Amino acid sequence: MSESTVNLTIDGRAVRAVPGTNLIEAARLAGIEIPHFCYHPQLPIAGNCRMCLVEVGLPKLGADRKPELDSQGQPLINFAPKLTIACNATVSAGMVVLTRTPKVIKARRGVMEFLLINHPLDCPICDQAGECRLQELAVDYGQGCSRFVEEKEHKPKRTPLGPKIMLDDERCILCSRCIRFMREVAGQDCLGFTHRGSRSTLICYPGQEPATNYDLNIVDICPVGALTSTDFRFRQRVWFLKETPSICPHCATGCNTVVWSREGVVYRQTPRDNPAVNQCWMCDLGRLNYKFINDPNRLTTPLIGGQPANWLAAIAHVAQRLNAIRATGGQIAGVGAARATTEELFLFGKLFQGLESKLLDSVPRSGASDKLLLNSDRNPNMRGAQLAGVAANPPGHRLAAIADGIASGAIKALLVLGEDVTSAGIGPDLLAKLELLVTIDILPSAMTQAAHVVLPGASFAEKGGTFINAKGRMQQLNPAVASPGQARPEWQILSELLAAVSSRALRDGQPRAANAWKKPAPDFPNLGKVFAAMAAEAPALADLTLESVGAQGVQIKE
Amino acid sequence: MLRPKLTFLDRLYLPQILAGMWTTLKHIPRRRFTRQYPEEKFKLLGKYRGAPVLVRNQAGQVKCVSCQLCEFVCPPKAIRLFPGQRDQAAPVEAKIEKEPQDFVIDMTRCIYCGMCEEVCPEQAIFLKKDFAIAGYKRTELQFHKDKLLELGGVHEDPICKWKNK
Repeated sequence: MSESTVNLTIDGRAVRAVPGTNLIEAARLAGIEIPHFCYHPQLPIAGNCRMCLVEVGLPKLGADRKPELDSQGQPLINFAPKLTIACNATVSAGMVVLTRTPKVIKARRGVMEFLLINHPLDCPICDQAGECRLQELAVDYGQGCSRFVEEKEHKPKRTPLGPKIMLDDERCILCSRCIRFMREVAGQDCLGFTHRGSRSTLICYPGQEPATNYDLNIVDICPVGALTSTDFRFRQRVWFLKETPSICPHCATGCNTVVWSREGVVYRQTPRDNPAVNQCWMCDLGRLNYKFINDPNRLTTPLIGGQPANWLAAIAHVAQRLNAIRATGGQIAGVGAARATTEELFLFGKLFQGLESKLLDSVPRSGASDKLLLNSDRNPNMRGAQLAGVAANPPGHRLAAIADGIASGAIKALLVLGEDVTSAGIGPDLLAKLELLVTIDILPSAMTQAAHVVLPGASFAEKGGTFINAKGRMQQLNPAVASPGQARPEWQILSELLAAVSSRALRDGQPRAANAWKKPAPDFPNLGKVFAAMAAEAPALADLTLESVGAQGVQIKE
Repeated sequence: MLRPKLTFLDRLYLPQILAGMWTTLKHIPRRRFTRQYPEEKFKLLGKYRGAPVLVRNQAGQVKCVSCQLCEFVCPPKAIRLFPGQRDQAAPVEAKIEKEPQDFVIDMTRCIYCGMCEEVCPEQAIFLKKDFAIAGYKRTELQFHKDKLLELGGVHEDPICKWKNK
């Protein structure tokens, strides 16, 4: 039966929907929006806002249980005497739904008037302004002025709900989305209403506060500004922010996100719908993990021996040193973070193929998992690192061999891509033994202190690329802001390094002035070329292009 | 094109010079329009729009709540706002919650259009009559919050809409 569908008519448009679909979703299929506050596709239905009232009619059935027809042969429709809430009415065969009749409009205007009676005129100082459903629907169904002459109901303002959320009860329209989310999804039944009628107030049970890793989702689903995030509160108006679809780099789940930025500053991250990955939620750890992007300490210039250098000189220096070490028989090892994109790891692997070295690995990173979205693997792209041939299987088991090689003096050079290996068994004492330590990173660390050459890279919000999540879904990052200073995406650095290492001018191992070297054209001038080369080599990515990964990602072949 | 053929009088130039002199002489007994600016200032009409400034209310509080509508509406993008939280210990009208940390109007960009004044839901920004704003450096012409408030002074607010919220 799950395959069967029913036909119905919404505002004269024919809609085919699976039985069990509610009328809001069925109307959405037909491109008709039914206004609502309390309904949320991922939450149980409460039906308390009454904004989604519609007229619903069913075919009049005769004594033989067949629809009776009128003189034109059309079925006669019996409309219900009262309006029905669309969120809690499901589709049925032959149903006729009217969403824009005068009766419906009048009902919605009435509902809006009641909602606005006690709603404060806080819009100038309310962070929700600009993305507030009440504000939007007040434009559609509100009245210019209020008929209510009595004093507005006063409720607590500025109540902290834990460290992450601020509650303003006057703005609350009692839709109960947050209550249902905390109970059904986050699993901490801590919010509820007290009092009655217009004095109803949202409160947290005494002695409790939302303390799950998913609390900030209630800020997203709150249709008004009653729940605001203390992190984003009063920082920027939403209409100034640019939305860039991205992927959360915090764990291997790879929640789809939107990065909100203005003039090179990232202000917040919110989840983006993807039924195959995160529905419409994301965890707070991932959501608040964006501040390093605008860290004032970001690396901005290439450093050779601690001295600022230009890119041409830095790339030439690294290529020359690598070739020289290889010419004298020294081994070269690499550690590529599984937080880098698949394209970067592919180029990193390619570089080591050219250097004929198999001493490559990624550092595994794990943490506690919850049963919802947070994965125990805290590397967003371990699958990608394995696919690119950088990470060993299981990840990290070649790290000991690399450490031994450095200790014995066999390994003379180490290339590190976005990783702090001092916490992975290769301590500062070992790093001091190396003849060449190159690190590509975004923030200063013990690694950049120890490195001979530091190349500044780009954060996840500053570059394109793909991550492959724990379930093998390949998803795409998009550049939202520009990198600080001369920092640039790692794939560009690696692509130039790849060209420089194989360039004849730099191969003989003789030191040359950087300006005596003509930069060769890299084989991978853009990300599409990198992806194409990767897809040609990896059977799991056969027939894929960067475009086909799209906004929702694709499942790669096992 | 051929040049017009000049008559003797034309070639003499004297009639033209005399006609010009006559125009000049006609203006001598008339009312003077020229002003000795900048010594003599213009009389500006009531609705003349000059440079925008910020005001305080009679309780001495900054009226701006940093809603950033002026920043949004400003056609030459002269306004830049840095929103912040109001000191909650302040006793009067603490419900406002928001106040700009800084408010910058770049007077080199401002075109005195008055849209900021029109859009402001708090009556916190007004266009005064100053129009000749000069400085030795561009940074001097970037008026910050303190300077704008100093220029604006106090605006008597008969409603005080936040008081009874």
